[in-house]
Amino acid sequence: MSGTIQKPVIDNAKANVDVIATGQEHPEDSPLSVHDLTVAYHRKPVLWDIDLDLPDGKVIGIVGPNGAGKSTLLKACMDLIPRASGRVMVYGKPYKKQRQLVGYVPQRETVDWDFPVSALDVVTMGRYARIGWCWPVTRSHRAAAMTALDRVGLADFAHRQISQLSGGQQQRVFLARALTQEAQLYLMDEPFAAVDAATEQAIVRILHDLRDAGRTVVVVHHDLQTVPTYFDWVAMLNMRLVAVGPVDEVFTQVNLQKTYGGKLTLLDEAAYAVSREMRVKR
Amino acid sequence: MTWTPAIDNWIVATGVMAALACALPGNFLVLRRMSMMGDAITHAVLPGLAVAFLMTSSRGSVTMFVGAVLAGLLTTLFTQWVERFGRVDGNAAMGVVFTTLFAVGLILIVRSADHVDLDPSCVLYGSIEQAVLDTVRPFGIAMPRAFLTLLIVFAINAILFGVFYKEFKLSAFDPALATTLGINATVMHYLLMIVVAVTTVAAFEAVGSILVIAMLIVPPATARLLTDRLGVMILLSLVLGAASAGLGHVGAITVPSMIFPEVSDTTTAGVIAVVAGLLFVMALLLSPRHGVISRAVHRWQLNFHIVKQDVLGLVYRLEEHPGEHEQAVQRILQDAMDVRPMVSHWAIGRLVREGLLNRMGGDDVRLTETGREHATRLVRAHRLWETYLERHLDLPAGRLHPTAERFEHVTTETMAKRLADSTDRPAQDPHGRDIPR
Repeated sequence: MSGTIQKPVIDNAKANVDVIATGQEHPEDSPLSVHDLTVAYHRKPVLWDIDLDLPDGKVIGIVGPNGAGKSTLLKACMDLIPRASGRVMVYGKPYKKQRQLVGYVPQRETVDWDFPVSALDVVTMGRYARIGWCWPVTRSHRAAAMTALDRVGLADFAHRQISQLSGGQQQRVFLARALTQEAQLYLMDEPFAAVDAATEQAIVRILHDLRDAGRTVVVVHHDLQTVPTYFDWVAMLNMRLVAVGPVDEVFTQVNLQKTYGGKLTLLDEAAYAVSREMRVKR
Repeated sequence: MTWTPAIDNWIVATGVMAALACALPGNFLVLRRMSMMGDAITHAVLPGLAVAFLMTSSRGSVTMFVGAVLAGLLTTLFTQWVERFGRVDGNAAMGVVFTTLFAVGLILIVRSADHVDLDPSCVLYGSIEQAVLDTVRPFGIAMPRAFLTLLIVFAINAILFGVFYKEFKLSAFDPALATTLGINATVMHYLLMIVVAVTTVAAFEAVGSILVIAMLIVPPATARLLTDRLGVMILLSLVLGAASAGLGHVGAITVPSMIFPEVSDTTTAGVIAVVAGLLFVMALLLSPRHGVISRAVHRWQLNFHIVKQDVLGLVYRLEEHPGEHEQAVQRILQDAMDVRPMVSHWAIGRLVREGLLNRMGGDDVRLTETGREHATRLVRAHRLWETYLERHLDLPAGRLHPTAERFEHVTTETMAKRLADSTDRPAQDPHGRDIPR
């Protein structure tokens, strides 16, 4: 199938990709290792030839313009959409065998918030794999879900129907659901989309706590200005992987231009300049 | 028309069983916003039935169910293909697929009508009255075959949705998460479609392919209006479905003769669907949270509360100028409060009963001790807001009042304290009136 895909016309050739060499194709200590990944919709490539070995115990941002394939990358890693080619390894083994180790936070708009369930119900869903097929939800699982809700500051809202929560609260419910999965690797699709500043700070704190507890968190992110403060590593994506590595090394003006091309607006550039300045001052 | 227990009891029992069997998968169709898919499958199983019948020349249940399941799965598959390759949206794809399949089924049935007792009108509308006459005797108890079939299908559905409750729930709410947790949402989707196809065929004989939608979709949709809990919604949909079936048959044999003396009864399946629809309308009007009436009442109560507070505030302001409050009631009625005089009268009456106002005779009312406390808080909030808005937002004096008027009703003690702090605890508002404490 991969033979029928038209090759994307993009200037930055593979030689520019700034991959940290590991010597091994799929290192076992890498929570997420992607090799030769290509994904296409209707024969048009969305992701082209992605090679990526992410380090353990880091908060990693994925940035890139709209349509760069950021969400697609997460979904392809979890077999949610078919891959035209490529392999994905989670801690050295295929994703299918490591499902339990991966927690997923989808975009908020992907579900119907009018669904007749409470916040606690939604968080409990994170335990379903642990509970197992056909077994009922027990008190201990509900207690675990309650602890997670408390951790995101929503204990008082546990029994609210989910449409009665604000956007930021809904996002935190999703985060709590991922926490109850007790995963090693978290893949989060725009957890900061349309949340207020206070919620954003609360979420960032939880992400950093997860990292400090040895977990790896991968976050699809939009706001370039906050990249240096939120993330340890960054992957810059525009159909191809432009750069991946520690923020200090790869989050540069040159790579940003390569990633965003002509799409980098004046505002983005200003935001980037501000973020640089802030980091110098710190 | 009289009630013949031997027949009418079984008609009701069969109808109730059809409603119970249908309501279970119906809940998940409604929640996944796939009600039309139920419609599509119920129509598209027709060719499956016809082909199964023509190939085996038997109306045996097993043959029929195999045909229906295959047809149901094909409908789902075809719909997805048409959607993907025809580049049309899901509804259009369904429209293309199910009308075509249904028409094929009709042609097959009509062509072989001479030597086949599969009646097109019976397929469309069902005939529960005829169905109960065809009895079987399992375990020595005589019962209609349709009832037994529906009982078995209901039992299977109940076990299926009981055992896989959380799997169905998660794949309906968040298919992506379900898949990452190892619960394949696509498999669950097809399982649901199979259940719908099988249930539809079982309910066919009783209610027909069009009215079976009323049993699949309407009770769950009604239940959704009455609760915000999935478990409760499913139980309610069962109760509502059973109620429409029971009331439907009673209505079918009693109502027509009340209206038209010469008519003795009408189609039970039709009345069942009408009753289900009426229950939905009632829920829409009366539901405690989502209902039209409860929302209107809630809004009215809120408005009335504001009118009461406005009356208190006005009486307070009148008492600031002694000599004017002899016509307090008149002033209240004249004063801008955009409500009808009757509502103002009610508000005064209510405030008197609540012990916040005293009637002094004539057109005079005065604040009681408690009334004064309430009014002071309101007027204080109002005048603090005017001061705040003037100082911090530079609003012109004319614009201060309406905004303060809206804010005063929602100002809590702590907000008032913060207001006072951020305006340096002023003694007077921008219009030179005292701010009470």
